[in-house]
Amino acid sequence: MRLSVVDVERCVGCQSCMFACARRYGEGGLAKTCIMVRSRGGMSRGFTVVVCRACEDPPCAKVCPTDALKPRKGGGIILIPSLCIGCGHCREECVIGAIFWDEESNKPLICVHCGYCVQYCPHGVLKLEERGVEYVEK
Amino acid sequence: MLKNDPMSNVLYIDLGKKRYWVEKREDLFERHIGGTGVAVKLLLEECPEGCDPLSPENPIIFAVGPLNGLFPLASKTVAMFKSPHTGNLGESHCGGRSATAIRLTGYGAIVIKGASDTPIYIAIHNGKVFFRNAEALWGIRSAYTVGRILRERERGSGIRTIMRIGRAGENLVSYACVMTETYRHFGRLGLGAVFGSKKLKAIVISGKSSLPVKDKASYMKIYDGIYKLVTTSALMKKYHDLGTPENVMVLNREKSLPTRNLQKTSFEYAEELSGENFAENFLGRRLACSHCPVGCIHLAALREPYEDEPYFYKTSMISYDYEPIYSLGIMVGMKKAEDYLKLMDEVESLGLDAMSSGVILAWVTEAFEKGVISTRETMGVKPSWGDLESYMKILHFVVEQPNDFYRDLSRGVEFVSRKYGGKDFALSFGGNEMPGYHTGPGAHVGYLIGARHSHLDCAGYSIDRKSKGVPTPESLISELIEEEIWRQVLSCLVICFFARSIYEPEVVTEALETVGFSFSQKDLKVLGKEVHGLKYKFKLREGFKIEELRIPKRIYETPTPLGFIDEDYIKTALKKAKELILSSVKEIG
Repeated sequence: MRLSVVDVERCVGCQSCMFACARRYGEGGLAKTCIMVRSRGGMSRGFTVVVCRACEDPPCAKVCPTDALKPRKGGGIILIPSLCIGCGHCREECVIGAIFWDEESNKPLICVHCGYCVQYCPHGVLKLEERGVEYVEK
Repeated sequence: MLKNDPMSNVLYIDLGKKRYWVEKREDLFERHIGGTGVAVKLLLEECPEGCDPLSPENPIIFAVGPLNGLFPLASKTVAMFKSPHTGNLGESHCGGRSATAIRLTGYGAIVIKGASDTPIYIAIHNGKVFFRNAEALWGIRSAYTVGRILRERERGSGIRTIMRIGRAGENLVSYACVMTETYRHFGRLGLGAVFGSKKLKAIVISGKSSLPVKDKASYMKIYDGIYKLVTTSALMKKYHDLGTPENVMVLNREKSLPTRNLQKTSFEYAEELSGENFAENFLGRRLACSHCPVGCIHLAALREPYEDEPYFYKTSMISYDYEPIYSLGIMVGMKKAEDYLKLMDEVESLGLDAMSSGVILAWVTEAFEKGVISTRETMGVKPSWGDLESYMKILHFVVEQPNDFYRDLSRGVEFVSRKYGGKDFALSFGGNEMPGYHTGPGAHVGYLIGARHSHLDCAGYSIDRKSKGVPTPESLISELIEEEIWRQVLSCLVICFFARSIYEPEVVTEALETVGFSFSQKDLKVLGKEVHGLKYKFKLREGFKIEELRIPKRIYETPTPLGFIDEDYIKTALKKAKELILSSVKEIG
């Protein structure tokens, strides 16, 4: 299963998903969020939802010099914090900017596709789904 | 409060000396929680008695509260200042991303002092302040453009607020607003002019820090309870579906919709300006403030052809809500939804308060009709009801102030009618132009005694609409004051008033507990009363007198659903209000 942005046009920019993601750590604020909602150059144009899209052959893992990013079954990666040296190569490599940074631990923050945020998206933007199985009606 | 919560950090910025510093103010937050409670204490500390609101002495204070960044619909920032519009307490609330950005950049409050001698803007990123030159932004025609430039220039996309003023603020129009995230505002009481007087064009704030809670499990549980209430309640549906413009048809049916400067209470074009018409034919997008799943902000897509070239169009996204539709649509007799949208768009570009602007245009129209003013004053403009072109010109002149009349008009209907006449139909209360409810005496007494002279202070309109008849003046006053006292609590947290039915005292107590504030329901009431008293302490200090409030005759001439308003009734009510307010100010000493 992976987290999917099924219809970004439905997004109202409430950022409840961002707060939900940070809340998994039992804290408020946004320091630990792995998903970002930002306007496309002004609120009038709607929003972009930036989150790991679970690449099948993740480029971030390829550039990790310490093998701290293990490819995950179903796409994406899992971080092994004890191996990570905080070099930031993974963040540079992700072309969609879906690798966020934890300033406290100096390590990357990457979506693990747990789907917790989906429960807090009241407008049907996010969904946890099998890759390419369902037809999404537009 | 929790020891590791950064909220007790207050950021002080001196625009004259271009320096900033941080003070730990646990004393303020422990006792007054945040938001309005902390802001009013800071205002009393920082604003010298009798100061000119447009002088460097007048501080700008922003405050957030402990629930911002932690709970849904805790989405507002409180601004406090001395109002250049009323010459007294200035308080305005705004959502957008402002509250989250201030809280997560690491501050509970920001105090801006002094004035710059050249145009500047301020950027605050992760708590650090940068003073930037704004010479190139000063005088830009549209406040939309200023936002666009800063968006590209500054960092923090998605986690920032961009507060800015338009030309109205630069030119010190006393009802100039501060715009944030394009469609939200510190709208009322002229914060924009205070920015302008300090040569402060904009403030960009970003941050994404974490916030501590007392106990993880109970935080998550209480969060989920509130989230469920919000997303399953009728509130969500009402504010999300049609939004606040749902009120147009409701008030029109009830005959409480102030029309053409309150000469009538129902409007023959109400359907055209209704929430239903906007939703069905114009709605292009909905937006939400940060951490609010409701998404009540409605944007209309307006497609207009250019007349000089075939098949050449512009499409604008323009916000609409009940209050601006009332003021820029119904009060001025607009016959077409498009005309309201065009006027609204201009008001946004100029950076004016939409509510005051519409009431002022309505006064100008009636004053012109009655011969109180003539083309000599208006410089040739001949306004009539629903006359978009004249209204666009008048607002342009209000901002540019090419003659004495427009200079006077840039100070509101209270000021202009004192000089030119037409007081009886100059619809302002405590100096602030009226909101869109002529529901009965509760609404008007509420505008008069509310500390901000806003319908949101004590929701008198709601008391009118619920009551079967007119209550005794005594019971009306105690109900209004009780409501205003409770709303001080919500403004300390800082909760959006749209969620007032969710954040009941019990829920507030529980939510506060998770962030280390032990306030019983009784303590909350005491707090609310004290904050209300402190606001009035400031008002009295600055010369406010209930007995000197001007009451426009028009409100007695036009019937409400509860019948004609009786002048003696209002006077008795105000007398009672005075007693209660003076005694509560005396109590806090």
